[in-house]
Amino acid sequence: MDQRCPRCRSRIERRAPFSTEMTLAWLIAGIVLYIPANLLPVMHTSGLLGEEDSTILGGILEFWRSGDWDIALLIFTASVAVPFTKFIAIGLLVFTVRKNSRWQQHQRTALYRIVEFIGYWSMLDVIVVALTAALMQFQVLGAAEPRAGIAFFCAVVVVTMLSALSFDPRLIWDRPA
Amino acid sequence: MSTAPDPPSEEDLPAPAVQNRRWIPRLVWVVPIAAAVIGISLLIRNWENQGPRVTISFLSGEGVQVGKTLVKYRDVAVGRVSAVRLSADHETVEVSADLSKDAASLLKADTQFWIVRPRIGVGSVSGLDTLLSGVYIGMKTGNATRRERQFVGLESPPALSHGPNGRELQLHAVRAGSLPIGAPVYFRQFQVGRVIDENLLPDGSTRVTVFIESPYDNFVKPVTRFWNASGIDVKLGADGLNVQTESLAAVIAGGLAFDDGPIEALFVAGGASGEFTLYKNESEAMAPPDGEPHYVRMRFTQALRGLEVGAPVEFVGVNIGSVVAVDLGYESHDRSFPVIVTAKLYPRRMGQAYEVLAAQGKTESVETLAAFVGTLVNRGLRAQPRSASLLTGKLYIALDFLPASPRAAFDPSIRPLELPTVNGTFQELEASVGQLVRKVNNLPLEQIAADLHTDLTDLHETLSEVHARVLPNAVDTLSALHSTLESADRTLDVESPLQRGLTETLSETRSTLQAVRELADYIDRHPDALLRGRRPQKMPERPAASTSDAKP
Repeated sequence: MDQRCPRCRSRIERRAPFSTEMTLAWLIAGIVLYIPANLLPVMHTSGLLGEEDSTILGGILEFWRSGDWDIALLIFTASVAVPFTKFIAIGLLVFTVRKNSRWQQHQRTALYRIVEFIGYWSMLDVIVVALTAALMQFQVLGAAEPRAGIAFFCAVVVVTMLSALSFDPRLIWDRPA
Repeated sequence: MSTAPDPPSEEDLPAPAVQNRRWIPRLVWVVPIAAAVIGISLLIRNWENQGPRVTISFLSGEGVQVGKTLVKYRDVAVGRVSAVRLSADHETVEVSADLSKDAASLLKADTQFWIVRPRIGVGSVSGLDTLLSGVYIGMKTGNATRRERQFVGLESPPALSHGPNGRELQLHAVRAGSLPIGAPVYFRQFQVGRVIDENLLPDGSTRVTVFIESPYDNFVKPVTRFWNASGIDVKLGADGLNVQTESLAAVIAGGLAFDDGPIEALFVAGGASGEFTLYKNESEAMAPPDGEPHYVRMRFTQALRGLEVGAPVEFVGVNIGSVVAVDLGYESHDRSFPVIVTAKLYPRRMGQAYEVLAAQGKTESVETLAAFVGTLVNRGLRAQPRSASLLTGKLYIALDFLPASPRAAFDPSIRPLELPTVNGTFQELEASVGQLVRKVNNLPLEQIAADLHTDLTDLHETLSEVHARVLPNAVDTLSALHSTLESADRTLDVESPLQRGLTETLSETRSTLQAVRELADYIDRHPDALLRGRRPQKMPERPAASTSDAKP
């Protein structure tokens, strides 16, 4: 029954075992973590003009209102649009595979490739906060500190990447038995 | 594994026993569950930490920003403004603020909120940090037990936002003067407290609430007197000019001061309950307690120009009251216009005599005073206007014993008491001054001046004669005298022939006299020599005699 690799003794499977289940589990974990990532402040800035906790959405709104629509759009894309796209895309893939759907198999494969690719670029927010917190340390004049939200956001990115990794794209092409 | 060269047909194979041992990958479900647990616990914690939301209404929301403006208690942020909106009647601004959970216990019915803005006054500078950071809402908790979520904000910060220990005192005054809230309170030039509130009472008087910080509140005793320290007290007394101020800030911005009252105040209860009287100035505050004023009326038949409301009434030189009204009366029976002076007297200022009397009487009543005044009138007490200063012409009323004055009727039942009067002496003075002036007027000044002029002319002539004649002669005489003295000087000089001759003569005379003495001695020893003459062999020569004297 067990087929093992003669060299490394690892199990040989036709398809990645429990692929859809694990993908789904990671996906749900990502969605759950995405909620505190958006509710909790990601950064705390203090300075002469007072101190402030900023959340991701609050920061986007602030940039938008102050006229920096390009930065707002960039952050929105990186921290709202991309995660949502990933949730929807992975959810769609898992759903169709479970249904053994034969709908748009080419496009779904392409979608999987895209999801896998943009996963690497989802850490934009985390990098922004890390850079700001590292650079903005002027004691009384101004200081920025990361807050819990950014850790959740980081976890969301990691978990969704794991979710995408656990998905076996070959399942898209499988025929029902 | 085992590789069979001949794979058996499917039929030969035993039915596979499905062993679902590979449950480990299912452990991945722990991740979403853990995420959910963390998320839910965070939400619960957040919900638990959610403090109360309060609504504060202000007249103006200047500088208040949603999500930025903080609510601070003791300068620590305890909340943040979450909404600002107009009230339904558009009269106030309603500011909603979310407070932290631990601040919930600070919300009493009498908790106070106010907007902290920079304030720069003479006495103090506060809230400068808000210049950069924007305004914040200050908060001071109260003592009430009832909880409240709706508040009316103060328009100006309370003087004490978070109380140090101390005592709050109420001061009553007819007029508080210029006392801003926060004005300093001094005890012997030390600032020990502040004015924290001012109210206009329904009866029109003012009530000033001051806060004395601990431990200085121990200085406040029942006998303590408070007075308004704003302004400069300049006094010209017998000991010179005396300028008294509490501090420059108090002079400009107003302030209060207190100190122990006079010793007499020890005998008067009051102030124990934290209620004090605020006096106008220090001298008024330090005056012995006056008790209740009594009003008396005096009827003068002479003009009293210079008598003003507020002029002092003195009893044997002691100020015991002041004039409160000067009115013109009319006597129908002789169609005269007497001047009716009403004065208030503080009989306590009369000192021991009155107190003894008051102690005998029941209370400090008008009857007591009437009886007391009655006895004094019988002893000759009269009211008399006197001139306080010849320069200004101001008058005061003196109550003095004038036994020589005509007997006066005193009716102790009239209210207010009517004191018998005598006319002032200042008019007599005026008359005598007038007489003096008249006498001076009558002096033959012109004639005197003319005589004096003649005399002076004569004197001038005499002097010029002296100058013209007598003086040259005098100069001649003096020069002659000078040459005489010079020759005398020359004669008496040591080198002069006269001197030398005189000296020689004198030495001659001396040797002559010596010879005479020797002769006298010789004759004394040899009286016979007068008859026989000298015996030269026995009588050695004068130099030998001196050697024979040396031999023995």
